[in-house]
Amino acid sequence: MAQDPQPLVNAEGESLTIDQALENLRQTADTGLRYYAAWWLGRFRVSIPEAIAGLVSALEDEGDRAPDGGYPLRRNAARALGKLGDRTVVPALIQCLGCNDYYVREAAAQALESLGDPQAIPALRSLLAGGVAAAVAVPDKPHLVQPYNAVLEALGTLGATDAIDEISPFLEHEVAQVQNAATRALYQLTGEATYCDRLVQRLQEPNLQLRRSAMMDLGAIGYLPAAQPIAATLAENSLKLIALQGVLESHLRQTGFPKFGLTDDARQVLVLMDELL
Amino acid sequence: MIVAVNQLVAAQDVAAIPTLITVLGYNNPGAAVAAVDGLVALGSEAVPALLEQIDGYNYGARAWAIRAVALIGDPRALPVLLETAKGDFALSVRRAAARGLGTIDWSKLTSDQSVSSQREVLAVLIGAAQDPEWVVRYAAIAALEGLAKALVKPETQKPPILDCLDQVFHHDETPAVQARACRALEVLGEPS
Repeated sequence: MAQDPQPLVNAEGESLTIDQALENLRQTADTGLRYYAAWWLGRFRVSIPEAIAGLVSALEDEGDRAPDGGYPLRRNAARALGKLGDRTVVPALIQCLGCNDYYVREAAAQALESLGDPQAIPALRSLLAGGVAAAVAVPDKPHLVQPYNAVLEALGTLGATDAIDEISPFLEHEVAQVQNAATRALYQLTGEATYCDRLVQRLQEPNLQLRRSAMMDLGAIGYLPAAQPIAATLAENSLKLIALQGVLESHLRQTGFPKFGLTDDARQVLVLMDELL
Repeated sequence: MIVAVNQLVAAQDVAAIPTLITVLGYNNPGAAVAAVDGLVALGSEAVPALLEQIDGYNYGARAWAIRAVALIGDPRALPVLLETAKGDFALSVRRAAARGLGTIDWSKLTSDQSVSSQREVLAVLIGAAQDPEWVVRYAAIAALEGLAKALVKPETQKPPILDCLDQVFHHDETPAVQARACRALEVLGEPS
């Protein structure tokens, strides 16, 4: 677990201490070491002030450039900050929403969602400017002009009820994953189960990518009636377990676990998860 | 190919074992899932050939074979399951192995053999309950519940299981894992 004694070891067996990771992030000679250190601090939830400060300054890094002009270190730093739960970094992440690297904007939107600070709502909404008509693919890139999935999901999680009218048209966007993200956000903002039922139907799609995407959305919003359909859909057990974890943990929060123990619904989700191990 | 595999599986014939095992190495997840189901349905008969496959070099096939022996519960697979739960680099394989350690058919061993094997399984599962990946910890907790119900010497081996479950219930960082430990304590008659 994250609080275990150091050195912490990653899945590939490489170990770092917190001091080494901070030093690796500080130095500028080796971009690979910096990139890895940023990931590592997030992975092991190192939320001490020195780590936060190092990651925030990495959001403005100019040293690590990808062949496409992107900023790999900034991407990793934003992702790590999303995991560390320190809301003082929200203004710096909001700045990143204006970065010219799509993947930095995406990572920042996801991090802002995780941090849960509604302060980010206006800046996120501004990325929806122009609506569906403007939400087109960038020529020769595998993505749209903005990270719409991440933005829509963040607006849902942050409770941006004022943005409902801007989000609704994305239900008809031509990319199914964007539709799913809008559906998920609208469920979070309105509580109307019809939105979730749309996602549950998607679990029957012939396309595996769409089934996976719908499953992860249902897990992220924690829609309890989806537990059985998620367990039954044709996809990898690893992903089903993550989606069911989302459903279970959302239910646990709503029912006051651990103080009030387990409900029968929670026990049933556990049975479904056991069968997928 | 999945259709062909399903036909072989439906035949429930031990003669299909070598073919089903070959399918595990084809890097076709749909077909591999069907082949695993078929091998699991054949039970202990499939174990020697699966263990041979696990010694092979094809990593993908090895992972599927471990999954199959984990589901069959034959004690001949204990050494490989113990080794895998302790240190395979793929978390889904550690997860499957940990689960398998909780569903061993102990009636196939003498009670002396069971006592010493259960001691080993207990130690490995308590280690796996500290795995960095939540899903491996979850599988270890589910397996500890299974092991606790099958202990030959509950008087000495059940208390450490309950201690571990209690620790995880109170201190794990992942609520789903805490919930699984809570459930295990309920099932074992030790409401927390």
